[in-house]
This record gives sequence, C-alpha cells and structure tokens, in this order.
Amino acid sequence: MSAAISVRDVTKVYVEGTNRVPVLHGVDFDVEQGDVVLLMGPSGSGKTTLLSIMGCILRATSGSVQIAGREVSGLSERELPGVRLQHIGFIFQGFNLFPTLSVGENVELALDLKGTRGPKAKDEARRLLEQVGLGNKYEAFPSDLSGGQKQRVAIARALSGSPGVILADEPTAALDSHSGRNVMEMMRDLAHKHGRGVVVVTHDSRVLEFGDRIVHMEDGRIAKSITEAAA
Amino acid sequence: MPPLAQRNLLHDKVRLAVTLTGIVFAVVLIVVEMGLFVGFTVTTSSIIDKSNVDFWIVSKHTPYIEQGAAFSERKLYQVLATPGVANADKYVVRFAQWKTPTGAEESVQAVGFNPYTGIGGPWNVVEGNVEDLKTPDAVMVDELYKKKLGVTRVGELFEINGRRAKVVGFTRGIRAFTTTPYVFTGFKNAQGYTNLREDQTYFILVRAAPGTDKKALQHALELRLRDVDVLPTAKFSSMTRIYWMFTTGAGVAVLIAALLGLVVGVVVVAQTIYATTMDHIREYGTLKAMGAPNSYIYRVIITQAGIAAAAGYVLAMLVSFFVVRASQTGGAAILLPWPMAVGIFFLTLLMCTTAAVVSINKVTSIDPAMVFRG
Repeated sequence: MSAAISVRDVTKVYVEGTNRVPVLHGVDFDVEQGDVVLLMGPSGSGKTTLLSIMGCILRATSGSVQIAGREVSGLSERELPGVRLQHIGFIFQGFNLFPTLSVGENVELALDLKGTRGPKAKDEARRLLEQVGLGNKYEAFPSDLSGGQKQRVAIARALSGSPGVILADEPTAALDSHSGRNVMEMMRDLAHKHGRGVVVVTHDSRVLEFGDRIVHMEDGRIAKSITEAAA
Repeated sequence: MPPLAQRNLLHDKVRLAVTLTGIVFAVVLIVVEMGLFVGFTVTTSSIIDKSNVDFWIVSKHTPYIEQGAAFSERKLYQVLATPGVANADKYVVRFAQWKTPTGAEESVQAVGFNPYTGIGGPWNVVEGNVEDLKTPDAVMVDELYKKKLGVTRVGELFEINGRRAKVVGFTRGIRAFTTTPYVFTGFKNAQGYTNLREDQTYFILVRAAPGTDKKALQHALELRLRDVDVLPTAKFSSMTRIYWMFTTGAGVAVLIAALLGLVVGVVVVAQTIYATTMDHIREYGTLKAMGAPNSYIYRVIITQAGIAAAAGYVLAMLVSFFVVRASQTGGAAILLPWPMAVGIFFLTLLMCTTAAVVSINKVTSIDPAMVFRG
C-alpha cells in the first residue's frame, strides 16, 4: 500500500527577530493508507508543527513532504490551499464550526469550497451527516449540539470531497470519555473501512487503543514509533 | 455558497445594531454636511436658476447677482429689436430697508419683475398669486421670513425705503443665501423701493425664440449692446455661486465642514466594519486552513460589508428624510437631491468595501496554523 503522507528529513526553524528557533530536526515519518497514527509527546515537542507541515498549512524549512505521492515542499503559498482542499480533511480540538451556519450548512460550506454546490451539495451533506449519525441534525445549529456531536459534524465536514488524509488535532480533548471513544471509533473506521490515512495529535492516553501506530516526539525528533501489533 | 456573510452579520444582534448605528451616523452626517453645502450653493443662485430665461444682460464685469450696476433701459429696446429674441424684460434685485408698523427695520432684497409676463417672478406661491403683483405697492414674501419681517397675513401694510408695501401673497421655500429675505414686486414698484431712476434697470432677462442658435444670439447681442455683459443663465448662476461659495470664503467653511463630515463618516464606517470582520477572524482562519482561496474569503467579507452598507444606507435615508424635512422650516436648508442620494449610496458602498478591504489585509495575513492553537 502506498503512503498517504511521506515526510523525509524535515526541519522547521522559526525566526523570531534575530533568533532562530529550531522546532523540528530531520523528521522522517510515513502514514500509510488505512492507518491511524497517534502523534504523542509533551508540549513543545513539535507535534502540532509537524501536523501543520503535513497539512500544508506550514512550509518546512527543509526536507521533503509528499501527500498522496505529490511533492508539496516546493509549492508556493498560493498553491498549498489547493492541496489542502483536494487531499486533506482537518479536525480541530475546538471543533471550529461556523456558529452562524446550521449543521448542514457547515458541511455544505466545505463542499462549496470543493466545487459541489446546490442540491447536490445538500444531498452530499445529508449523506455525510448520516454517516456520522447526525442525519436528523441538518437544520440544527452548533450551539444546540453537545461537544461529541459537534466533533462528529467536524468529522463530516472533514470528509467532504473524500480526502485521502485526515489530520486531527486533539479531537477528544474537549470531550467526555464516551464521546471521545465514539469519535475515535469513527476515526478508526475512516482508516480501516475507507482506506484513509489518519493522523491524530493527542495527549489523551484513553485513545491509545485506537492507534495502529503510536509515534512519540520529543524535542523536535521522533523518539519512538510503536506499531499496535508490537505494543 | 452558504449564506455565511449574511449570517455573520445577523447572528449577533448587538453587534449588528452597533454596525448599523455606525453606518447610519456616518451617512446622516455626510447627508447633513453635504446637504448644507448643496443647500447654500443652490440658494445663492436660486433667483437666476428659476428665472427660466436664456440670457441675463448685466452691467459690465458684474461678478454676481447682488452686485449689478444700473444701466439705461434703452438697451431693452435694442435687445427686443435683435432677431431671435422672443421676449425681454427689465429686472431688479437690490437691497432695501423694510420697516414694520412698530418701527423695526430689516434689510430685504427687492426683486422687481414684469408681472404681466411673469418672467423672473416668484415660484411656489402658496397664498395669493403672481397676478396680484400687478397692483401698485403689492409685494410677496416667503413664509420662512414672516416672523423676521413681522408679517402675519395677506393685506398687511409695511414700508420699503419709505414707500408703501402691501403683502398680497406668500411663497414657500424661497431662501436667500445672505439671510436677507427676497421681496417680490412689480418692476415699477421695485424702482421706487430701490431708488432706481425711471429710465434705468439693473438687468435685462432675455428669452430666445424657439429654434434660435443661442451662441449666435449671444454674439449678436454682444455686438449690439455696449457696456454690458450678455451672460447665459447657467454661466451667471455659476459666477454667483462661485462668488458666494468660494470668493467670500463662506462656502469654503461649509465645504470644509462637508469634507470633514465625509472623513469622520469614512473613519466611523471603517472602524465599524473592521471590528465586525475581526469578530469573525477565527472563522476566516478556519476557512483558510480548510483550503479556501483568499478570493473566497474576500467575497464573504465584501458581501458582509455590502449588506451592512445597503441596510445602513436605507436606515440613514429614513433618518435623513426627517432631517431634511425639518430643515425646510429652519434657518438653513439641507437639500438632498436624488443624484446626491444616489451618489451617497455608492459612497456608502465604497466606504464599507474599502473598510472591508483594510480588514481583508488583516485576514489574508492570518496564519492558518492559528486554528491549532486551542
């Protein structure tokens, strides 16, 4: 199976005035299609920076990043949004739903960005919401939903356009254990049943059982990588 | 596109109220300041603009209507003998002293015209009629100045420069820029009121015959008449406006006030729209992270600004309508002609979208990685 994401010898250095702050030091990392990878480590270890680079939100200072086999490290700022749209779905810790739009419209907005509009977008949004068990919440607003439901809407939104990669930043941090499990089960299904590469940045030890691979980062390096079978 | 812009605007009612209040305040301020400027400008030349003639013949180098010097009325006959002239009348606009029965005095401008042709006569007559001005000593004043002139009703008697004046009617909305009321009367009366010699006039108003080449007629009149200027009505109007508005500096003050109103309006709107956009900065960051191109975000923000501009404009025009109406009975007229109203609509749109563009710069420089920061 080919890699959904392939990261080779990636470094990232932030420049703050005259100071150069290295955050990633030659990271090598692959995410296979159908795998759930949990990216763990202490605060400041570089997890979110690595996630941002894999999500084409940040550009690496050096090294190679391939998404679905396409080299993206040399792309310009103008080209990166297109890669995000086409290949990547994001799930955020704070859900980041649009509070003024209904649940259905939140998903429709993501579809609109990808060129699906009108009745087709409505049908597709309904299908995606049904897939996450919220088919009856199309007209509801985010403020009417529980945290778990909001995250499921965010998952439905991330699935719009069928991206090959799902990147999630602390998706269970704001949820109770039941909702957290529910969300992680969905993540696992996205990988195992639909063949997507899923990367989850987390501090939550309750989700360990859902990872096919657990990658620990420390000081901008991958300290250890454990596959589920080995664990 | 899901209605993100509309919803963003309508979602927070308090923010919406603040936004619209800011826009309404700015637009009404602009209407008032610009309306005052237009009102003053129009008032300076209203007598000329409403004369409905093609040419004003004035003494040489007369800069504005109040400054005409007397010249011989024989020129009237020379004018009438010029081919292409359909009609010509003598005309007076001159300061005089109005005296009430109690002895109080006020400066007025006596406007003497031919009541048999009505050329250069009063308009918006609300009581009495122009025909009544054919009688000796008959005068007509504007309702606005009733109190100032001590007039309460038709039939009352006053004095102008020591001569009898009987009020036979009232007009509505004929203001004088100098705050010295116009008093319309027959030309003969006006000669008496202004101590003008019987064989003299201050102006001759000329109407061209239909189909006449007006340039050619002006040239013919200039050749025929000595020591006078033959001015197309629009030109004399413009000279008078420019004199009062710019040469005296009176209009410059109003113009500066209008420009300041515009600047304050732009700043208020810019701040309001900027704050409205910044309220949703995290959502725009999410859109960017999801891969929305900048053009998509521009569209949302500009649509939001456009809706706010349109709604604010409508409310502002409602408020302005009452302000303009109230000003009609006040000391200074605020005018809102429809081209100005249309212009202010586009100005409001421009202000709001410009402000939105300023906030767009902020939005497009958002680091999309902000979405990962809790």
